[in-house]
Amino acid sequence: MKKVLLALATAAFVLVGASTAQTTITYWQYDFESKIKTIDRLIEEFEAQNPDIQVEHETFPYEAFPQQVATAVPAGDGPDVVNLFYGWLPAWQQAGYVVPLPEEHFDPATIAEEFIPMVDAAKIGDDYYALPTGVRSLALWYNQDIFNDLGIENPPATWEEFIEVAQEITVKRGEGRYSMIGYGVAPDGQDHHVIREVLFRQFGTSPYSDDNTEVTYDNEAGAEALEFYTDWVTEYEIGTPDFFPGRGNYRDGFLAGRIGMMIDGSFAIAQIRDNAQFEFGIAELPVLEEGGEQSNFGSFWMHGLTPRAAADEARLEASAKFLQFITSEEAMRIWVEEVGELPARASVLDDPELAEDEILAPFLAALPYAHATFFVDEAGQRTVMLDAVNRVLLEGVDPAESLEIAAREEQQMLDAFWQE
Amino acid sequence: MRRANIISYVILAAGAIIMVFPFVWMLLTSFKPMPEIFDLGLLPKEPTLDNYRTIFTDYLFGRWFWNSILVAVITTVSVLFFDSLVGYTLAKYEFPGKNIIFIMILSTLMVPTEMLIIPWYATASQYGWTNTYWGLLFPGLMTAFGVFFTRQTFNTVPDELLDAGRIDGLSEFGLFWRVALPLIRSTLAALAILTFLGNWNAFLWPLIVTQSQRMYTLPVGLALFSGEAGSQWNLITAGASLAVFPVLIVFIIFQRQIIEGVASSGVKG
Amino acid sequence: MKLKLSTRRAIWAYAFLLVPLLFFLLVRIYPTLQSFQLSLSTWHVDPLQREFVGLDYYERMLNDGRLHQAFRNTLYYALLGVPALIIIGLTVAMLLHGLKNPFGRGLFRAIYFAPYVTPAVAVSWAWSLMLSPQLGIVNEILFSLGLPTQPFLNSPDTALATVTGVVVWQYLGFQVILFLVGLEGIPRQYYEAAAIDGANGWSRFRFITLPLLRPVLVLSIIIATASNSTGFLQLFTQVLNLNFSDPGGPLGSTLTIVLYMYQVAFNRFEFGYAAAITVVLFLIIMVITIFQWTFLNKRVDY
Repeated sequence: MKKVLLALATAAFVLVGASTAQTTITYWQYDFESKIKTIDRLIEEFEAQNPDIQVEHETFPYEAFPQQVATAVPAGDGPDVVNLFYGWLPAWQQAGYVVPLPEEHFDPATIAEEFIPMVDAAKIGDDYYALPTGVRSLALWYNQDIFNDLGIENPPATWEEFIEVAQEITVKRGEGRYSMIGYGVAPDGQDHHVIREVLFRQFGTSPYSDDNTEVTYDNEAGAEALEFYTDWVTEYEIGTPDFFPGRGNYRDGFLAGRIGMMIDGSFAIAQIRDNAQFEFGIAELPVLEEGGEQSNFGSFWMHGLTPRAAADEARLEASAKFLQFITSEEAMRIWVEEVGELPARASVLDDPELAEDEILAPFLAALPYAHATFFVDEAGQRTVMLDAVNRVLLEGVDPAESLEIAAREEQQMLDAFWQE
Repeated sequence: MRRANIISYVILAAGAIIMVFPFVWMLLTSFKPMPEIFDLGLLPKEPTLDNYRTIFTDYLFGRWFWNSILVAVITTVSVLFFDSLVGYTLAKYEFPGKNIIFIMILSTLMVPTEMLIIPWYATASQYGWTNTYWGLLFPGLMTAFGVFFTRQTFNTVPDELLDAGRIDGLSEFGLFWRVALPLIRSTLAALAILTFLGNWNAFLWPLIVTQSQRMYTLPVGLALFSGEAGSQWNLITAGASLAVFPVLIVFIIFQRQIIEGVASSGVKG
Repeated sequence: MKLKLSTRRAIWAYAFLLVPLLFFLLVRIYPTLQSFQLSLSTWHVDPLQREFVGLDYYERMLNDGRLHQAFRNTLYYALLGVPALIIIGLTVAMLLHGLKNPFGRGLFRAIYFAPYVTPAVAVSWAWSLMLSPQLGIVNEILFSLGLPTQPFLNSPDTALATVTGVVVWQYLGFQVILFLVGLEGIPRQYYEAAAIDGANGWSRFRFITLPLLRPVLVLSIIIATASNSTGFLQLFTQVLNLNFSDPGGPLGSTLTIVLYMYQVAFNRFEFGYAAAITVVLFLIIMVITIFQWTFLNKRVDY
C-alpha cells in the first residue's frame, strides 16, 4: 500500500514538475539540530505549496560557517538564501555577500510595523537585508537546589539583592580561590552584552548615538557601570572569570552545580535542560533599584538573499517566496515550539500560551525592552568590551581610563565603517 | 646497564609523563557520560562506551575515518615520489636556474594556507572539484617541506655511489629509483609519517572544500561536535582518541624503517 | 648526434622537474600572486565592484595597533619557541638514539610522538583544563604543595609563554623524528675513532655530531621558524584553540599575525587588508629565512 502511494506521489510530482519550469534554490545554515529539523519540515510544506520550487538545504559546523560562506559565494557557489547572525550584516553587506530584499516582496514600512523593533538591526540605510524567524534575549538563570539549601526564596530583582544572594552562595578556599561561586562571571560570554546594553543604560547612558555612528558611553555613568561590574569580582567577590576551565565555562560550571547564577541566552535552553542534574529557575535580569529601568540584549539569526539569487529572476522570485514563507506567522509558531527561539513578529508574541511557558516567559517579557546592538564588526567590538573589563581585572587599570580606551578603539571601528 | 643509559631512561621517563598526561586525560574523558564532563575528575565514575556508539550511529564517523585514510595515503604516496624526485634533482644535478627553482619552491612554505583557500576554492569550483576526493587532495600532492627534506639528505649522499650505478648502465631515472631512493630510506620513512599526519590532521581546507557530511574528514567531522551552546567534549575526545590509534600503529611500523633503513643501505663510512 | 654529458644531464633534470614545477606554479605560486594582487583593492564578491586602493592597506598597517601587537607577539613566539624546540628536540633525540633496548626505544619514540598525532582541538582542550587557574590539576598540585598558583593562559604576563610551551610540547615529536633521521645517518665509526682518541662527550658532540647533523639542523630550524604548518612565525591553530572565547587574548597578549589576518579575513570579510598583511608577513619570513640560511651554512665548519 505504502509503495503504491509513493509511486502515485512520485508520478504526480513528475507530472507537476513537467508542466511547470522547476526552480531549485539552496538554503544554508549552521549546524543546530532543532533548526535543521524545523527547516526541513518548513521546506516540505513550502514545496507542497509551491510545486515548481525545490529547496536544497545544506548545513555546516557552527565554527566554520562564515568561512564557508566567505569562500563559496565569490566563486559563484553557495546559497541563494543564507542564514546569518545579525551582527555580521555590515561586513557581509559591504563585501556584497547579501543583497537588499526586493521591495516588491518586502515593503520596508510593513516590516517595520509587523516585526518587533530590534529587527531594525537588519537594516542598513533604508534597506532591509534579511529577516529573522526567531529572536533571543538574556535572562538570569539560577540553581533552585542551591537556593533551597540556603533558604533563598526568590530570585533577585535588583542588582543589590543579586550581589547579596551571590555572596551567600560563594564559598572560598584560600586567597582568590573558590570552590563555589555565586555568579558565573563571563566577560567573554554574555557579560559584555550585559555591560553594553543593560548596565550602561541602567546607569544612565545609552551606549551609542541613535544613528549608531558614535560611541556615547565614555562618561561618568559609563565608568560607574563598568566599575560596578568589575566590583563583582574585585570587591564583592561573587565570582571570577577563570573559575571553570574550558570554553563556555560559565555554563559548564553552572551545569556542574558549582555556579549559583548565570546570565545566558535562550539558545542555551536545550543544553541546560538536557544536562542539568538539578532543578533550575529563570528570571528576568535585575534592575538597579525597584521600579528602575529594565533593559536587555536581544539578538537573532536571520535569513538573507545572496547575489546568486539576485542574478536570476526566477531564482530571486523563488528565494523571496521561500524567505517570506520561513518568516511567516505560521513558521514562527512552529519555530518557537521546536527551536525555542521567540517569534520575531509582534502578532505572534501575543500568544497567551507563550507567556505561560515557564522557561520562555522571562525571555519573552524582556523582548519589549531588549536592544540589539548595531555591530559594524561584531567580533572586534566584542573584543573591545572584553578588553575593557580585562584591563581592570588583570592589570588594575582604573575603570574610567579603561573605558576611555575602549571608546576610542570602538569609535575607530565605527568611523571606518561609516566613512565608506 | 651502564649508568649513562639509566640516566637517559630516567630523563626520558620524566618527560614522557608530561608528554602522555593530556593524552591519557583525553582517553579517560572519552569514557565519561556527558554530565560527568563537568565535574572535572580524571577517572570516569560510570564508564560508558556510549560516546563511541554515538559517533558511529548518529554521525558518519566510519565514513570520515575512511575519507581521512584515503586522502592521507594518496597524498603521502604522491609526496614521497614527487618530492624526493625534486629533492634528488636539486641536490644531484647541475643546470641553469637550479637555485631559483629551489628558492621558489621553498618560498611556498612562507605563505599561510589560510590565505590560499579563496583562490583554491575558486579553482575547485570552476572545475567541479568541490565536494570530491580530488578537491580534498589536490593542494597537498607535493610539499615544499618534502623537497627541502629530501634535498638536504641527498646532499649528504656521496656522488660516487651514483657514478657506480651509471657505470652499471642504469638510466637516469633508474639511477634515482634503484640507487638513490633506497639510500635515503630513513628520510622517506620520516617524510611518510610526517606527511600522513599533516593530512590526517588538516582542518581548514577539507572544511571549506566539502559540503556534504559524507565527504568530511575526521577533523572536520569533530567540528560538528562543537555548537553554539558549547561543545560535546565526550564525543570530541572519543573521536580524537579513535583518530590517534591508526596513526600510532602506522608510526610504529615506519619507525622501524627509520632505525633500520640506514643500517642496510651501506652509506656507513 | 651526441650531446655533451652535462647538457644531457640538464635535460634529465628539467624532465624530472616538469610536473612538480607545474604543480608548484599552478597550485602554490599563482594563487599566492593572486592573493597578493587582492591587497591592492577592496574586497567584493563581484570582481567588477572591487575598488583599486593602491597601497592604502599598507599604509593602514602603520597605524593598526592590534597588528603591531600581533607582530611583537609573533616575534616573541619565535624567539622563545624555536630555540626551545630545537634544544629539547635534539636532547630527546640524542637520548632516544642512545638507548640500547629496542623495546624501550620504540616505546619512548611513540610516547614522544603521540602529541603530534593528536587532533589540535582535543589537545588544546586537555591543556586548558589542566592549566586552569582555579580547578586545573597543575594548580591543585601547586596549591597543595603550598606554592603560589599560576594564572597560565589567563594573564597577559604568562599566556604567551604558556602557549609556547604547549606548542613546543606538540611539535616536539616532529623535530625528534627529523633529528633521529640525522643521527642515524652519522656513521658510528666516527664516534669509535673519537673514543680511541680520548675525546670527551662534549667534544664528540661539538666536532662530530653537530657538523654532521648540519643539513638536518638547517632544515629543522628553518621549518620550525618559517613553515606554514609547524613554524612559529605562522602560529595559528593552537592559539585559536587554547582560548576559543577570546582568540589571541587575554588583552591580545597571545595574538599572532596569522590569527589576526584570519580574523580580518573571515570575521570582517576584508580580504584586501588580510592579503596586505600576508604580503608583509611573507617578506618578513623571507628575510629571516635568508638570514638563517646564510648564517647556518657558513658558521659550522667541517
